[in-house]
Amino acid sequence: MKTLVCLINCRLEIFAVHFDVDVAFCTRYRTVTFPTSRCCLDAWAMKLWAKPNVRFEYPKPPLHSSTTHHQNPWLPRAAAPRPTRLRHSLTAESTNATTFHGICYVVGDNIDTDQIIPAEYLTLVPSNPAEYEKLGSYALIGLPASYETRFIEPNEMKTKYSIVIGGDNFGCGSSREHAPVALGAAGVAAVVAESYARIFFRNSVATGEIYPLESEVRICEECKTGDVVTIELAESRLINHTTGKEYKLKPIGDAGPVIEAGGIFAYARKTGMIPSQSC
Amino acid sequence: MASSSSFIANKKDLGLSALSSTSSPFSIPKCRKSISKKIVSVMAPQQSERKPATTGSVKIAMTMTEKILARASEKPQLSPGENVWVNVDTLMTHDVCGPGSIGIFKREFGDNAKVWDREKIVIIPDHYIFTTDERANRNVDILRDFCLEQNIKYFYDIKDLSNFKVNPDYKGVCHIALAQEGHCRPGEVLLGTDSHTCTAGAFGQFATGIGNTDAGFVLGTGKLLLKVPPTLRFVMDGEMPDYLLAKDLILQIIGEISVSGATYKSMEFVGTTVESLNMEERMTLCNMVVEAGGKNGVVPADSTTFKYLEDKTSVPYEPVYSDEQARFLSEYRFDISKLEPLVAKPHSPDNRALARECKDVKIDRVYIGSCTGGKTEDFMAAAKVFLASGKKVKVPTFLVPATQKVWMDVYSLPVPGSGGKTCSQIFEEAGCDTPANPSCGACLGGPKDTYARMNEPMVCVSTTNRNFPGRMGHKEGQIYLASPYTAAASALTGYVTDPREFL
Repeated sequence: MKTLVCLINCRLEIFAVHFDVDVAFCTRYRTVTFPTSRCCLDAWAMKLWAKPNVRFEYPKPPLHSSTTHHQNPWLPRAAAPRPTRLRHSLTAESTNATTFHGICYVVGDNIDTDQIIPAEYLTLVPSNPAEYEKLGSYALIGLPASYETRFIEPNEMKTKYSIVIGGDNFGCGSSREHAPVALGAAGVAAVVAESYARIFFRNSVATGEIYPLESEVRICEECKTGDVVTIELAESRLINHTTGKEYKLKPIGDAGPVIEAGGIFAYARKTGMIPSQSC
Repeated sequence: MASSSSFIANKKDLGLSALSSTSSPFSIPKCRKSISKKIVSVMAPQQSERKPATTGSVKIAMTMTEKILARASEKPQLSPGENVWVNVDTLMTHDVCGPGSIGIFKREFGDNAKVWDREKIVIIPDHYIFTTDERANRNVDILRDFCLEQNIKYFYDIKDLSNFKVNPDYKGVCHIALAQEGHCRPGEVLLGTDSHTCTAGAFGQFATGIGNTDAGFVLGTGKLLLKVPPTLRFVMDGEMPDYLLAKDLILQIIGEISVSGATYKSMEFVGTTVESLNMEERMTLCNMVVEAGGKNGVVPADSTTFKYLEDKTSVPYEPVYSDEQARFLSEYRFDISKLEPLVAKPHSPDNRALARECKDVKIDRVYIGSCTGGKTEDFMAAAKVFLASGKKVKVPTFLVPATQKVWMDVYSLPVPGSGGKTCSQIFEEAGCDTPANPSCGACLGGPKDTYARMNEPMVCVSTTNRNFPGRMGHKEGQIYLASPYTAAASALTGYVTDPREFL
């Protein structure tokens, strides 16, 4: 409990700066706002940490600049350390780089977007909050029966696997943005594949929903569903704690800041391509 | 304007420069199957990114795709690997991705924002139309509300779902509608929220698929950041045998280079065979470029293109062509006379096999439709086979014309050699299902009540574009992709059949 309290305080400091910030608290959907007063924040944070599989995420910048902010969210903050994306809170450490930690789900080559999110669910509109959640619950439901372990349990909305490991040409097929969105909404932080189809990769970066990381070797053949893994983004490294092996990943490069910013719009606002909103 | 520094940099995406880091400079990264190239490419030397203007260098020859993107980004010169902001000439969206793109547009630009150009956006409901699914119907309403609010010039609306003919604006499948309504023009940049947007490359333009977020961005700004792809050249010479169609050509190519063989690359189709193809056949060729992972496909514009466009558009256009000395990543040559009718077996478009070698595969149904195989020429081809046979089909045969125009052609155009019969008459005599409402139909499954959707595991020969598990509805469904000739021949025997049995 003590550790938990320390963590909450650390997070609260960061939250307190951002009022009206859109948060993705188990989801990535942007328009869920959370309470602004300190005591409400405490209560809210308690609820947050009480939930299993909670992933803390660095709050995304406000979409509506109607309220003032104490500080430009993009300037480096000397006070608080940069928060970690935590999955299972097994090792609730905060580091200075972005790391993902959790159990992985392994798939094969050529996982096309129909398997990631079958066409019958495309009537759900990703920019609609309730439908965004529903999309997440159908992530990878199109995988054939040869995949004995389900990605999401029948009555669940989220997955327990925060990392997907794939082979070649992950995300091939349709251009449906519902594919990376469904994965992100389900709770996936990153996909590590040997290679990607271009539209899927592009959509992942544009939405900022998941990190599409590339491995140097066929990790999908050396990892099993349920293995505990850690991805260290800054070091471009994946560690499989279950097998004890480490793998080098290709650096995410310039796509990293875009995904971290929350997608191309947030990133484009930074460079002044889009005027900041006034509403 | 952002500089041309790497935006979405992905090591694999570096195209040319990434190649030098693999063992063989002539291999295409990640392509596992052996490539039977007769002519090996000229590969551009690895260069660091530098603006040509700054070097004062000699003008470098460019490929068609590079030229189109150079003009669209207002740059004199471009090389593969450069990231450039491109001015978009036309943006297309439909009922599946439109609402999401609109949602993002409003969220990011504001509820009262206006689109960048009300005349450059084409909104085409086509995917889930003839269904009782409430959300699907609501999505068309969302499109309508947006078009009214923004005064969008081109919205091919449908209100009365019980009878498509009473909807004068409704067209059908977006990629065919774009062509038929004159929105595809040589030299332009067309983006669409659908992977098969690459179909429009048949008109000698840069056309590719994008997601909702990118589309939302284009709606507001009229621009998008794109990376210039290197080009793979496919040279097809020789007279097209009368048992082959463009579908066989593209299945041959995809089988050759695999489903990731053209990832992040442009595919250029040239040669006397390509020149002999009509526009709809060229569209079939470019349609499945995405199935090889391709970014876009192009066919140089020629008299066939200009003739097709004559009565469809009065907007001036300027075609571009690859320079003599342009550098291609690889060049493939095919001797068309040696090719035979093909199928793509389950469950991948690159699982190529000769149709005649699958003659023992019993099938349960045949589906003729979609942007790939549901155009007027495709139905004419199927009718030709039924006519030649004179017999009835042995399995349920579903016909889904892509657009209203195609539907009308099926009911009015005489089939050569039939003594004046129309396709519809021939289909009826052969025992096919009545041609259905024009839309994407069951190509991608769709809501459960979609016509011809595969709701139980069965074997289907289809003129569509993908056969991954679950594509047409049921995960255990087996889909054999084929040309309209092969599909019709298969319907007549109840087994996968080479059309030469009848032609």
